[in-house]
Amino acid sequence: MSNLKLPIYFDYSATTPVDERVAEEMIKCMTVEGNFGNPASRSHAFGWNSEEAVETARGHVAALINADPREIVWTSGATESDNLAIKGVAHFYQKNGKHIITCKTEHKAVLDTCRQLEREGYEVTYLDPEPNGLIDLNKLVAAMRDDTILVSIMHVNNEIGVIQDIAAIGELCRERKIIFHVDAAQSAGKTPIDLQTMKVDLMSFSAHKIYGPKGIGALYVRRKPRIRLEAQMHGGGHERGMRSGTLATHQIVGMGEAFRIAKQDMQEENERIMKLRNRLWDGFKDMEEVYLNGDFEHRIAGNLNVSFNFVEGESLIMALKDIAVSSGSACTSASLEPSYVLRALGRSDELAHSSLRFTIGRYTNEEEIDYTIDLVKNAVNKLRDLSPLWDMFKEGIDLNSVEWAAH
Amino acid sequence: MAYSEKVMDHYENPRNVGVLNKDDSNVGTGMVGAPACGDVMRLQIQVSDDGIIENAVFKTYGCGSAIASSSLVTEWMKGKTLDEARQIKNLDIAEELALPPVKVHCSVLAEDAISAAVEDYLKKQAG
Amino acid sequence: MAVYLDNNSTTALEPEVLDVMLPYLKDIHGNPSSVHRYGRLTRNAIEQARHQVANLAGAQPEQVIFTSGGTEANNLAILGALSNKVPAHLAVSSIEHASVIEPAKILINSGWKLDLIPVDAACNISAENIESVVSDDTCLISVMMANNETGVIQDIKHLNQHIQSEKVLFHSDASQVAGKLPVNFAEMKIDMMTLSSHKIYGPQGAGALIVNRSVELEPIIYGGGQERGLRNGTENIAAIVGFGAAAELAGQQIEDINKYLRTMRDALQSELANMPGITLFAAQSDRLPNTLQFAVDDFDGEALLMHLDKQGIAVSSGSACHSKAGIPSHVLLAMGVAPELAKNAIRISFGKHNRMDDVHVFLHALKEITLTQHQSMRVG
Repeated sequence: MSNLKLPIYFDYSATTPVDERVAEEMIKCMTVEGNFGNPASRSHAFGWNSEEAVETARGHVAALINADPREIVWTSGATESDNLAIKGVAHFYQKNGKHIITCKTEHKAVLDTCRQLEREGYEVTYLDPEPNGLIDLNKLVAAMRDDTILVSIMHVNNEIGVIQDIAAIGELCRERKIIFHVDAAQSAGKTPIDLQTMKVDLMSFSAHKIYGPKGIGALYVRRKPRIRLEAQMHGGGHERGMRSGTLATHQIVGMGEAFRIAKQDMQEENERIMKLRNRLWDGFKDMEEVYLNGDFEHRIAGNLNVSFNFVEGESLIMALKDIAVSSGSACTSASLEPSYVLRALGRSDELAHSSLRFTIGRYTNEEEIDYTIDLVKNAVNKLRDLSPLWDMFKEGIDLNSVEWAAH
Repeated sequence: MAYSEKVMDHYENPRNVGVLNKDDSNVGTGMVGAPACGDVMRLQIQVSDDGIIENAVFKTYGCGSAIASSSLVTEWMKGKTLDEARQIKNLDIAEELALPPVKVHCSVLAEDAISAAVEDYLKKQAG
Repeated sequence: MAVYLDNNSTTALEPEVLDVMLPYLKDIHGNPSSVHRYGRLTRNAIEQARHQVANLAGAQPEQVIFTSGGTEANNLAILGALSNKVPAHLAVSSIEHASVIEPAKILINSGWKLDLIPVDAACNISAENIESVVSDDTCLISVMMANNETGVIQDIKHLNQHIQSEKVLFHSDASQVAGKLPVNFAEMKIDMMTLSSHKIYGPQGAGALIVNRSVELEPIIYGGGQERGLRNGTENIAAIVGFGAAAELAGQQIEDINKYLRTMRDALQSELANMPGITLFAAQSDRLPNTLQFAVDDFDGEALLMHLDKQGIAVSSGSACHSKAGIPSHVLLAMGVAPELAKNAIRISFGKHNRMDDVHVFLHALKEITLTQHQSMRVG
């Protein structure tokens, strides 16, 4: 037990530390000597230097996803990108129809935006994923209608890490001239994205999920065929009118650097992270009543989502204060509701309650994995010794046959 | 979620974890809650011939506050008469453990578990 | 040596503020929505910043909603307050920033009626100006506390008192005032107020809408539930922390800075007043201590900016956000300034990093440029 820094961070899907190289580039923009100008100021060198830095960053973001830099619109983050894409398309193209298709396991930024559109008179189909978290393309096709204007499906799920077949969905949408939006907040830098071949029209990105700063994101908006949007933030006409507001130069520069590093290191990093993730799973998978949530093959390297049956999630987290993990999405963990993503996969409330999401990243090491395996095993065993449900399971009682006195 | 020191203590060193034979005539068993709600408590008491609770044990599936609440009541019940045990109210438990408002239901569950165990015992005696 | 005289556009980040931000850019990286220790650390940092910003604004911490900046805060105020209401009437002043005027215009598409509140030649808005456009079905009025171009300050408390109806929401964009003059949200009794971090030596990427809890606000960005569900998306922690630190610093320094800025501005103004062919705008009005807008006869503002820039002097023709369009300032036009003269406008905005010497450098450059150009024009 040597160099472990506690608590060990296993929550890279909630947010990542800023890479040192990124922080350095950002700080250069934040001093009086650096590029502190307003990039919209066209009349002086302070503004021009900032604009150049912004455009270089735009190039880095575009390069990772093989897009034209002119197709990148800066936003305050993936949540805003999702809002801009979905509301922007819905409002602009409403004369073509008012039907939208998405999936029950999308991020709240997509689901809550769709709910708002329903209040405005749009109709939304929420697809059920298969039990492994993937979407059955036949069900998607069956949901498409003449008045469908938009399909919004995330590339990688934030809770279970499964990768949807974006290329195939893109083909299906393009054939029917339906606009296709993809939330790629969890996939950029983790799985290849090539927008020259993938028929995606709009794609949302976040910086703080790939070692960049919080408060900055981007929306890819395809030029050919051209996608139009109604802006949701107005005034100033920044970002070709699609997103007004002073751009935070240091944050954009940070996002650019993060994407540059991701392009350079992705393959190597993925291999390393995959080994760590598999080592962690190997440590758990032989335990009794352990369930992997989400497909194992179509999954990003850094994600492991496991349910430990007959153990309650919050008490498990309490026993694991030496590791920082999430039980479901960070954005819903303040409430006592079980994860809606796991419920959508058909997991019981109990299994959803007892799930842990481990997300592994750039700074995770083998020692931390081994420490965590022991820690989790001991905690699960201890809590099962305390659990009347575990006793009943051991006695062979089917818990579903018990009439529980709900309170 | 910030837990009080007392909750942490009971959670880390739960008192009286265990099982009594539920078929014994001097044992009362109360099981309350539901897995879908995230907590299930099983509280058991062993009662002497003169009506004193000699032993109390529990097992709980639930959050730290639920575990602490049930652990605490097993301590409190020992040596009490059945009537005295039934005087233990959820507010006493919540106060002792400094439970935050969102966790008060755990103390309610513990109170329910006491009633259920006592009633189970009395039913056996009557039967 | 560069001279930066465009502080109403953006200010240089204060090194002290950067120091406070650095840990949040490097080591402290939790998501504030996470319950583990990393998350709690960032959650606490945000709440501290909320107190600091509330203090500067004369508001309660729970009235502060952090946004990505002033533009978003203005959009949230206008669109968020009205989007769920039955379309009726709103009025915004004719000199507002585009981030107020544009969302107001967008509402016309959904059936709202919009009036622009007129200003007089000195850029002042009177209660009568507001009365002239307000009617029974007016739901919202937005008047900025100080104009970014002329620097003219409006008496918001007085204007708000004049609106008798309870149902009219009053919003004021105070981005340019905070840090230069005291701002007191509670005392003005208005409903919503906008602040921006990068105008007070804080980082870009953070702003706030101060909202009275009685206002029924709808978010413009959905999902995640942050900021009481009114501003969703993972918080920009480093920027928010920096905004808080900048707000605290601004509050401490406000009196000294006010005097310091005024000394430089007044020195420049008295020199310019004695130069031939110069028109000062709204110079008799109550103005921000750092701002001065003027025009040089027969000298296009954009051209002058370029010449100044070659000498390392950064000024503006008004709002940075306009500079791509090349059209005269809507503020000056609203004041009744002739378009030909408005096109010549230059805005000087001092900041606390300027020195009195910058005034002399600027004046020297201005004289040289105007002289040479006038000569060459005659020769040509």
